[in-house]
Amino acid sequence: MSSIAIAGYGGTGVITTGQLLLKSAAKSGFFGLAQRSFGPQIRGGESLSLLRFSEQQVLSPDDYYDLVVLLDTDHVARFRGELPLNVDSTVILGSIGAKVPDFVTESGAQVVEYPLDDLSNETADGGENIVVTGLVGYYLGLELKVLVSIVQKHFAHKTELLSKAELWLASGWEFAKTQKRSLNISLDVGQSDKSAESPDWVINGSEVCGYGALEAGVRFVAAYPITPASGILEWMAPRLERLGGSLIQAEDELASINMIIGASFGGVPSMTATSGPGLALMTESIGLAVASETPLVVVNVMRGGPSTGIPTKSEQSDLNIALHGLHGDAPHIVTAMLSIADSAYTSGWSVWLAEHLQVPVITLSDQSMAQSDASISEPTLWPEKAERLYAAEAETPYERYALTHSGISPMAIPGEEDMMYTADGLEHDIKGTPSAATEVHQEQLAKRAKKLTQFDYGTDWAEIQGEGDKVILCWGSVSQVAIDAQQRLGKGYKVIALRLLAPLQVDALREAIGEARQILIVEQSHGAQFRAWLRAHMDFPCPHISLALPGPLPIRPRQILKVFAQFEQLATEVEHVANC
Amino acid sequence: MSPTAKPLPKIKAIGKKAKEYKSEVKPIWCKGCGHYAVLAALTKALAQLELEKENVAVISGIGCSSRLPTYTRLFGFHGVHGRALPVAGGLKVARPDLTVIAVGGDGDGFSIGGNHFLHACRRNVNITYIAMDNEVYGMTKGQASPTSPSDWDQSKLTPHGTGVPALQPASLALGSGAGFIARGYFGDPRQLTDLIVQAIKYDGFSFVQALSNCITYVPEQKVWKQRVHEFESQNNADPIPTAADIQRDDGFGLGVIHNADHGAWMPEHPETQDEKLELEQMKSSFEL
Repeated sequence: MSSIAIAGYGGTGVITTGQLLLKSAAKSGFFGLAQRSFGPQIRGGESLSLLRFSEQQVLSPDDYYDLVVLLDTDHVARFRGELPLNVDSTVILGSIGAKVPDFVTESGAQVVEYPLDDLSNETADGGENIVVTGLVGYYLGLELKVLVSIVQKHFAHKTELLSKAELWLASGWEFAKTQKRSLNISLDVGQSDKSAESPDWVINGSEVCGYGALEAGVRFVAAYPITPASGILEWMAPRLERLGGSLIQAEDELASINMIIGASFGGVPSMTATSGPGLALMTESIGLAVASETPLVVVNVMRGGPSTGIPTKSEQSDLNIALHGLHGDAPHIVTAMLSIADSAYTSGWSVWLAEHLQVPVITLSDQSMAQSDASISEPTLWPEKAERLYAAEAETPYERYALTHSGISPMAIPGEEDMMYTADGLEHDIKGTPSAATEVHQEQLAKRAKKLTQFDYGTDWAEIQGEGDKVILCWGSVSQVAIDAQQRLGKGYKVIALRLLAPLQVDALREAIGEARQILIVEQSHGAQFRAWLRAHMDFPCPHISLALPGPLPIRPRQILKVFAQFEQLATEVEHVANC
Repeated sequence: MSPTAKPLPKIKAIGKKAKEYKSEVKPIWCKGCGHYAVLAALTKALAQLELEKENVAVISGIGCSSRLPTYTRLFGFHGVHGRALPVAGGLKVARPDLTVIAVGGDGDGFSIGGNHFLHACRRNVNITYIAMDNEVYGMTKGQASPTSPSDWDQSKLTPHGTGVPALQPASLALGSGAGFIARGYFGDPRQLTDLIVQAIKYDGFSFVQALSNCITYVPEQKVWKQRVHEFESQNNADPIPTAADIQRDDGFGLGVIHNADHGAWMPEHPETQDEKLELEQMKSSFEL
């Protein structure tokens, strides 16, 4: 297992370095994760590639970095919180005589100076990131020929640079070799057991999310650009049209949500993708989709909030608006992707639920998943294409909002003879005619609530890992950190990671918690939003602690271990451990 | 279903009557409201075009005039305030086989929904937009709208008038790139019907401003009958003289203001579409 961070400035291309190393390691049979962290600048700002490699699938960051390569030392202090180091860490400064940042000195990490800038200048201008690819590749124990093949593929459409790139790569590799320094990050290449698992897919979080939605049947998307959701849309645009579908770049989020309402009313499964500020603009019309019973999916890629907040960093603080943002009694579904690998499954399931239950589904992702790449085992995909309950034949007069046992009413789509009706955001009777009558309002409220509460969500509502009476409750991307911590803690610990947040599956959750003796609720928000949601529905059978830490820093396994180490003491003293 | 799966609208060669397109639901509109005449003109236009009821969708936002879909026997969508045009545009792109008509009032279309109006004009999806303009918010009981005269002081909310010049929808539409702009008057239903027919037939975004009086909150609009006149156009296919004609006009000129063939916009699709194969290819792109 090894964690590596590479920091660069002004278009040095460290994100590419991360992707090249991820692919090279995957080709060599190792799993990896390549996350990204950016400063606020659009171009020329600092950027950070955060890597983790392992013999097993890894989908969340480790506690400390074993190796940090600083191609920029002037601005990297801005990332200090994101670069936890300890005495076992090695920091490579990319040029001789570069100033050692204070936080590096304070960490006690070993510091070495390598003339990486000169190595690339010897061959040509630029290319430092490819030099680093060779250097880190060597330390990881990857074979040069594997690195070369990946670099060749990357430069396939930039042939004029290819020969230089190969030189840069080799110079980094050779330099590392001559240093004769052991970094203790070497992967077990060549010695790994053939029966051991190795990755099948190399994916990007946004791309698999979009893919899952297309597989489930989405054929119309309207959206407005927003960080960090645009990646989903940019991947879908050219692919949707090849499936006969369409993507419209709308004038704003008010338009995008209403465009997908129109398309879905027309019978075409539809979705949009956005982030917090866009979700806030959409909420009125998501309520319209609830009232008019129009199926749709909103993928919300969370970033630091409130307001513009921190657009380039991850947080789980949109849970409240996803759950409670709609006015009136507006039952809807909120799901969450549990990892990059889970993104396709959850987006597919969300589309299926929306279509089946004729309801808007808000599905939550976050920057840490959407802007990351990972090599993974072939993931489980949602198996079914979504199918709506269509009104089969003319029953005159057609009752669009008929009261049924399941609460789901057959839906006619435009073009069906004698099935004309008006879908309405005004309260309406079974035919869709506006009505302010008490009994009509009560009937329709009950119908819309019932179709969600009576539905059997099966076992998909959560992923449960481990057995024990010490329970970690979590959701979204933090689940992977919790599972990592649970594996370190060993026997007696159980992770319950919620994929379905609304409607909360209280009975199933209570059963999964069982006779717990300790409960830790982990989430990446300052306001402990997840804890509040759980506690609004249930009492716990034992003391519980809330570990609620805001972004932009990722939660790390050691923080969970630390709380469990002091659980008895903390549970009696405080309930809420912020900034633990 | 795929957006291309539906057949083109069937146009049967039998006569249609306007009342076939009307529902049994009694309008909430006041006696003497101009919107009755607009509803009648719309249903007459549909009958003239012999469109099958199930192949027409009428989309609206919020306001007195936005209640119109419920009064038709068509597929209707009555959404939230100001968002009729995006719902209509999304529906048309997803279901190009349908005739899609957005309807609403001046507050819905030019105030809360103003941005969508600009972008619907320039996007040029093949839909028709009928704005029933009575220069007032009727449903909220008589406040000034973007098309109210600046000195209209009958609202308690703006007791000295808005002090802000009235917005000129035709000018806005032309400046935003609309290819078909017409102005009708509820008191001339024959012309209004004809303008709606032309608008629906137009290949692209077509805008009909229907002057439709509010008998309750702006009864003085009775004088419109004397004020309306034929729109004086030098060359309505050319936006340059048309811009001048609109500026010269007093806002009561009726007829086709602009009619230029831009060709409707629709998202492009590559010709070969084997859904299963395409999805397989996407999946394989993730494989190591």
